[in-house]
Amino acid sequence: MASYDLAVKTEGLTRIFRLRKREARDGAREILALDRVTLEVQRGELFGLLGPNGAGKTTLIKILATLLLPTSGRAYVAGIDVVENPVEVRRHINMVVGGETSGYGLLTVEENLWMFAQFYGIPSREARRRILELLALVGMADRAKTKVYHLSSGMRQKMNIVRGFLTNPEILFLDEPTLGLDVQTARTIREFVRRWLEEHPDRTILLTTHYMHEADELCDRVAIIDRGRILACAAPWELKTALRQEAVFRLRVEGIADAKAALDGMPEIRALAQHAEDGQLLLDLVLASEEALVSVLARLSASGARLAELRKEEPTLEDVFLALVGRKLTEDQDEHS
Amino acid sequence: MSTVKHFLRTVVGRAYPRLVGVWREKSWLIFDVLFPLLQVSAYVYIYRAIGAPPEFSGFAILGGATIAYWMNVLWSMASQLYWEKETGNLQLYLLAPTSRMAILLGMALGGLTATTVRAAGVILVGALLFRVPLQVSHGALFLGVFLLTLVALYGLGMLLSSVFLLWGREAWHLSNLFMEPVYLLAGFYFPVRALGLGLALAASVIPITLGLDALRQLLYPQLMENFRVLPVEAEMGVLAGLAVLFVFLARGGLRFFENLARREGRLTLRGQ
Repeated sequence: MASYDLAVKTEGLTRIFRLRKREARDGAREILALDRVTLEVQRGELFGLLGPNGAGKTTLIKILATLLLPTSGRAYVAGIDVVENPVEVRRHINMVVGGETSGYGLLTVEENLWMFAQFYGIPSREARRRILELLALVGMADRAKTKVYHLSSGMRQKMNIVRGFLTNPEILFLDEPTLGLDVQTARTIREFVRRWLEEHPDRTILLTTHYMHEADELCDRVAIIDRGRILACAAPWELKTALRQEAVFRLRVEGIADAKAALDGMPEIRALAQHAEDGQLLLDLVLASEEALVSVLARLSASGARLAELRKEEPTLEDVFLALVGRKLTEDQDEHS
Repeated sequence: MSTVKHFLRTVVGRAYPRLVGVWREKSWLIFDVLFPLLQVSAYVYIYRAIGAPPEFSGFAILGGATIAYWMNVLWSMASQLYWEKETGNLQLYLLAPTSRMAILLGMALGGLTATTVRAAGVILVGALLFRVPLQVSHGALFLGVFLLTLVALYGLGMLLSSVFLLWGREAWHLSNLFMEPVYLLAGFYFPVRALGLGLALAASVIPITLGLDALRQLLYPQLMENFRVLPVEAEMGVLAGLAVLFVFLARGGLRFFENLARREGRLTLRGQ
């Protein structure tokens, strides 16, 4: 195995997509997908990239996986420059993308996986042994001979996961691996990933997700990315601890349509997100201190709001994101859906 | 593992879905044997109606069989990477630490073998149905010309497929454009010399033109004396040259278009 300490290293990585005239958005002919991203992922780490859709997660993964060139900056995978020597990088990596529809429907699960194993030069007998072993681990041992077009999307994604791990890569990129899956399937995949890393402690996984609990549950460290920029990078507990000095509250209020307008200009509010539910307004508040709550409640009351519920919360990654970005991650999901 | 072994594993791996498809998706019997025979029948009846020698029906049947290869090259070689991009396979192929040429070669060999089954079906059913004389005078030479034609043809397919790394729908239109005009220029249903020597020579850039002409010369030597474009040996020389040229260009094209697509971000862009 290659000798290197950092599985992934980027220095000022920038990617600009230039649009054709007819593709221009609001007159803009360029999209800044990554903005001077500098990152280090240690070998043996499960590193998470957390951010909303369009934050730049997939762009970063594609550059690291040698499928896309950066506009500027450098990126190294397993100590190898992805621009200078992509062929060598590919010997160390594999990738699984959420919602992937790869493979051929006419082939069975086992045949599809065998085919991809051949591209990595794995002898047939060894490939079949690994395939059956991994299929059993994701609960698909009885589906080895099933044609792929008979699989549900969850089963198909499990097959893709097996494809990624089949080559026993030193560095694995998982791009939204549980995207759109039911709770049970997503849990199976997360458990599988965790177990695999326990059994292969020298392997590295770079996971992108917009599911907070997934990042929280799986990752050793998390980088929060938004609009192409890394806003914070630390272990989930560190990010949350940093926020503990502040105060996180959840409020449910009635009789008011827009709390943001009512609370506008209050310096003690670090971040605020709101959304309507069952005729009430749910507020997520990050305050500079607990004492600030009094003035917030007074301002709400003066605006005609009635307090229906008040809870002080332990900070989550969602709150970290809110404090850093000024909006909730789920707001982006709502907008997209 | 040696590079050669890895290369061969990739070829076999990529050829496999196509070979398996022959047995698992039998609809080809209708679409790739019966339907082409309808077109062949039209020409056979025309030749019969004007009292042409029965060998002319043989021209049409041979042409009908080779159309299967041209269709395979256009839609399952050249355009294949477009589909692979749409399904997400392409990025996995490119991600793999293997030769792109091995993947294309696997695609070609798988397609070629599967198409040979289809082409044999057209010839067999056509010859039996229309009682056409098919007597090969020089078996080894016939096989040689046939294989050389396929190598040059699939070399062209590999070259065209590299274009699809960058373009999507645009290249798709290119494939459409190559269908009907090539049917005419390659002389699928008639000796291409009928177009005039100049045009026939110009059309020789399509490997199937000279390949078909040489095969017809070997099948019907006397009749083709008046219709041949070039002597068989010369046609084989040109075909060998085209085979080397196309495979060489495909190799360079793959590298060039892959880099360009990586730079422009089009390698994994779907719905283009």
